Amino acid sequence: MKTHIGPAIRLTIVMLVLLSFIYPLVVAGIATLAPGGGKGETVTVNGKVVGYKNVGQAFTEDRYFNSRPSAVDYNAAGSAGSNKGPSNPDYLKTVQARIDTFLVHNPGVTKAQIPAELVTASGSGLDPDLSPAGAKIQVARIAKVRGISADRLNQLVDEHTQGPLLGLFGPATVNVLALNTALDALK
Amino acid sequence: MFTEWMGVIVMYGLTVLLAIPLGKFLAKVFKGEPNAFDFMAPLERLIYRLGGVDPNRDMNWKGNLVALLTINALWLVYAFVLLVTQGSLPLNPDGNPSQTPDLAFNTAISFLVNCNLQHYSGETGVTYLTQLGVLMFLQFVSAATGIAAAVLLFRSFIPKSTETVGNFYVLFTKSITRLLLPGSLVVALVLAFNGIPASFDGKDTITTMQGDTVGVSRGPAAGFIAIKHLGTNGGGYFGANSAHPLENPNYLTNMVEMVTQVLIPIAMIFALGFFVNRRRFAWVIYGVMTVGMLVLLVPTLISELGGNPAIAQMGISQPTGAMEGKEVRFGPVASAYWSIVTTIISTGSVNAMHDSSMALSGAMELLGMMVNAFYGGVGAGLLNFYYFLIISVFVAGLMVGRTPELFGRKVEAREIKIASIVALLSTLLVKGGTALAAWLFINYGDATWAVKPSAWLNNPAFHGFSEMLYEFTSANANNGSGFEGLGDNNFFWNFSTGIVLMLGRYIPIIGPVAIAGLLARKKYVPESSGTLPVDTPTFGLMIFAVIFIITALSFFPALTLGPLAEYFTLK
Repeated sequence: MKTHIGPAIRLTIVMLVLLSFIYPLVVAGIATLAPGGGKGETVTVNGKVVGYKNVGQAFTEDRYFNSRPSAVDYNAAGSAGSNKGPSNPDYLKTVQARIDTFLVHNPGVTKAQIPAELVTASGSGLDPDLSPAGAKIQVARIAKVRGISADRLNQLVDEHTQGPLLGLFGPATVNVLALNTALDALK
Repeated sequence: MFTEWMGVIVMYGLTVLLAIPLGKFLAKVFKGEPNAFDFMAPLERLIYRLGGVDPNRDMNWKGNLVALLTINALWLVYAFVLLVTQGSLPLNPDGNPSQTPDLAFNTAISFLVNCNLQHYSGETGVTYLTQLGVLMFLQFVSAATGIAAAVLLFRSFIPKSTETVGNFYVLFTKSITRLLLPGSLVVALVLAFNGIPASFDGKDTITTMQGDTVGVSRGPAAGFIAIKHLGTNGGGYFGANSAHPLENPNYLTNMVEMVTQVLIPIAMIFALGFFVNRRRFAWVIYGVMTVGMLVLLVPTLISELGGNPAIAQMGISQPTGAMEGKEVRFGPVASAYWSIVTTIISTGSVNAMHDSSMALSGAMELLGMMVNAFYGGVGAGLLNFYYFLIISVFVAGLMVGRTPELFGRKVEAREIKIASIVALLSTLLVKGGTALAAWLFINYGDATWAVKPSAWLNNPAFHGFSEMLYEFTSANANNGSGFEGLGDNNFFWNFSTGIVLMLGRYIPIIGPVAIAGLLARKKYVPESSGTLPVDTPTFGLMIFAVIFIITALSFFPALTLGPLAEYFTLK
């Protein structure tokens, strides 16, 4: 035991310098060349920062494409899912209420057409995306509120649909913030 | 949907393709043969000199264990002290408070043992100093400890009697300089260029398009997330772990993080084959583990893609599967794959919330941790597999009437006793802990802890039981994922899982290394026609049966009370 205490202390100090000091500084230094300079990429409208590209934000108004429900109300000072189990009766009531609300705001839509992501909370509470179907189901509502043709809006969604990686891997997504900034820029 | 399947198939294929050459490389490193990273030798010599280590001194297994345990004990004290004082130390731009002693005890142990159970959230519970100086540091050194311990075990497979088995410090240092550090650097840069923050800037405040004012937590996350996966640690930089869009921003980072976390566990299997020159044996191990993974993965995929039956009853069609707790950019296939990989290899990072998994998926995640030897954590997976191997050799030997022996050395009562104790201990820790928690929940609901027992479950009934079972299973397996709805930042959970974490780590290291040491001392008997060959598919089936029977006997009653009961009532 005794013979190992000296090396233990000295080796720990050496490794701390290497792993906790040099390594993160090298990463931070090189990352200043990355988009956003390693501080996270922001989205700017008219010279004002309106959000982070990858971090979802709350869109609840009828004139915007709504984002998913969130367990942390999209406050990225924290992050969490609802952690509700599939059989939890209170949780199922919440889902039912979200379905009813969605139907009220989107007349003409049937239950079976609602994509599951619009009535369930994401894992992070900060999901920046919808599926293309999740965006398109809202087109009729926004067309009515904004007086823009549904065709134009569907086209907008298509333009902002990010296909699978290299066209091969993973699902297609629509970044809600990018879609809504483009929506405001229409007219 | 096709592209989602492609994503998972390519992730797995890529991992195996990379793991074979990496295994070969690791075998060379640990044997001391010339290899591509010999340019690191001057740095290593410097580390040995500054660290006061004599790299040429081989030790016996006891000496190595003492060295390992001594330096681990030192890290525990260091981590605890920093965590309880972090609030008044520098590099704390968000002004986060110091941890309470019970939380610091849990956090320090949890990162020390490569588990990364987190009873705090990264945004509020730690500072940049402790993220890097304590947690990330421990992510590196605990992974290196696991690898070193596994290599000490490898040595015992080499057919020549020897008392000394190597030098812990050398194996530890080389694991860092030739594997973990260069690997993490590459991964960290890929992540940083895909949008993961790496700077030291503090929390930002923004006004959203709808006019809400919200914060955005940031910090030096990229380097942390790289070693979190490469070292199968799994502790998130942010609270939501790899579901967080700044911790895992797109499908490419998801693939990188997934390949990274399972790479070394699989490479270590091949490294064993190259190291002791028994490649067929390595393939048998790989086969058993892969079949084990598939047995858990297939039901999970089916139930996640099927969606929540209770939501289907409301008239929602769920063509994209169950979405509660999942991110759109990953989808259910990649989320289901991640949930199984992370539980079998003891990473414990998540890209979807396990608490909201379908009931059957929850059972599979739990089983993955209960077995804890399908690939397993870096190093630790093989250590766990080793005691299943010892028991299989013994049982098979009895069945066919041959002397149980492994690689020319007799397996006798003492070795079997150690292996059995290790196997039984995990049952005791998991079920004993869960029983105690359930008892407190029923009888002492109002105990004055930070979270009252009556308030620590986030879900009622069977699922609530599963939350408690999951927490102890995760602690014992040193996994670190959780049914995170559990209100676990109170004295009971911090203290009890802290103890389980420690026993769940060091006993499975001490046991196999001790067995290996005992075997290495025995006289070597060359293999003959009377020897039971262990590198055949038949023996692989035998190991699988032993794993299945031990796990079934130990854990199925508990699974029945939790996820299985939920599954059958939800249909």
